[in-house]
Amino acid sequence: MEWRAQALLIAVRPHGETAAIAEVFTEAHGRHAGVVRGGAGRRMAPLLQPGAELDVTWRARLEGQIGTFAVEPVRGRAGAVMGDRAALAGLSAVCALLAHVLPDRAPHPRLWAASRTLLDALEGVPDWPAAYLRWELGLLDEMGYGLDLSRCAVTGTRSGLAFVSPRTGRAVSAAGAGDWADRLLPLPPCLLGLAEARGEQLLTGLALTGYFLERHFAPEGAAPLPPARDRLVAALARRVRASSPPPAGSVPGA
Amino acid sequence: MAEAGREIAALIEQVARLPGLGPRSARRLVLFLLKRRGQTMLPLAQALERVARGARDCAVCGNISGAEVCDICTDPRRATGEICVVADVADLWALERGGTFRGRYHVLGGLLSALDAVGPEELRLPALAARVADDGITEVILALDATVDGQTTAHYIAEALEGTGARVTSLAQGVPIGGELDYLDDGTITAALRARRALD
Repeated sequence: MEWRAQALLIAVRPHGETAAIAEVFTEAHGRHAGVVRGGAGRRMAPLLQPGAELDVTWRARLEGQIGTFAVEPVRGRAGAVMGDRAALAGLSAVCALLAHVLPDRAPHPRLWAASRTLLDALEGVPDWPAAYLRWELGLLDEMGYGLDLSRCAVTGTRSGLAFVSPRTGRAVSAAGAGDWADRLLPLPPCLLGLAEARGEQLLTGLALTGYFLERHFAPEGAAPLPPARDRLVAALARRVRASSPPPAGSVPGA
Repeated sequence: MAEAGREIAALIEQVARLPGLGPRSARRLVLFLLKRRGQTMLPLAQALERVARGARDCAVCGNISGAEVCDICTDPRRATGEICVVADVADLWALERGGTFRGRYHVLGGLLSALDAVGPEELRLPALAARVADDGITEVILALDATVDGQTTAHYIAEALEGTGARVTSLAQGVPIGGELDYLDDGTITAALRARRALD
């Protein structure tokens, strides 16, 4: 068995003393693991950092075997974001979430393209946190747990959508929520395309996607979501707090 | 004799578990020792036993030493107000081999890991914060791996130490001594370009 593909490296672990087991995400083969001989060595280890784009050739005698990867680096991404706390957390969160939620060897070409675009954006596109939020929505959708934000689940209206049902993932309007509003999750207008995903709206959006990621991919008793995502949310919250103007009437430095 | 054969086989099995060794090299090593029982094997066994019984983690920095507090932490000349934070004892030994740093160390015992769910509570971070607060530390040098996990840990520590008054710095990243540009990965070249400096 043999195939060759362009791949995103999403996880790597040492295997023995000099080899590594790499988990990559490819367009045609989805998430796929393989042994990289010499992957923990001095020459290869710097190239095998999460987020790196690789040209991989997978070989195995039988389809079900883990097989080996012959790896050619295409481009590294970690080096470019290491100095930026939030971008580094973003790169870790993308890779760790993909490693956590993707089933083995099932292709997800749309998610692959979106992940690649997002990882590129981390290297300098200022609005990447908004792209990250959209990516998480797309991740849920691609895994079969997409949120239905098109109309109110109660009244059917397309306007005034303000909440999401934590049970069904469907939008609910303020009028439709009625007395149940405090049991629903807030839906920020940025997820409806009515505002930019910045500041508190971004954080509310991440809380919403985080709720559903946890519910579907880290239920009670199962492995928790990767801590990398929590670290990203904390880094973005810190950034939002730092850029928010102080409340009216407050004394600077007081 | 059969008993000795079993003991030797058990020894080979133990040696084969060491890093860098397999069954074949373990057999050769044990045979080498058996041929030099007096000069090499017994002193080695005695040294192993002494270290196994006496070695402990330094209560202050986490270095491995033979006392409750290691020589570096008790050396008054090293009270420079600088702490170098490393992930592992092997990193501390590497820095000591360099002989340039004359302050003290703090061994974290690992790095934050996105995949293996290693969180701050698994590392010796509260002890670091306490040392910075109590020991008059003026600079914390983060000598952590230039990897995603290493730099994630560095950012986490820098944030945790904000407001302590200590200056937090990290090691430079770039072209290694003796390195040829043609053989460097693009991440290292990017980091080196960003950290370029004027030649006086």
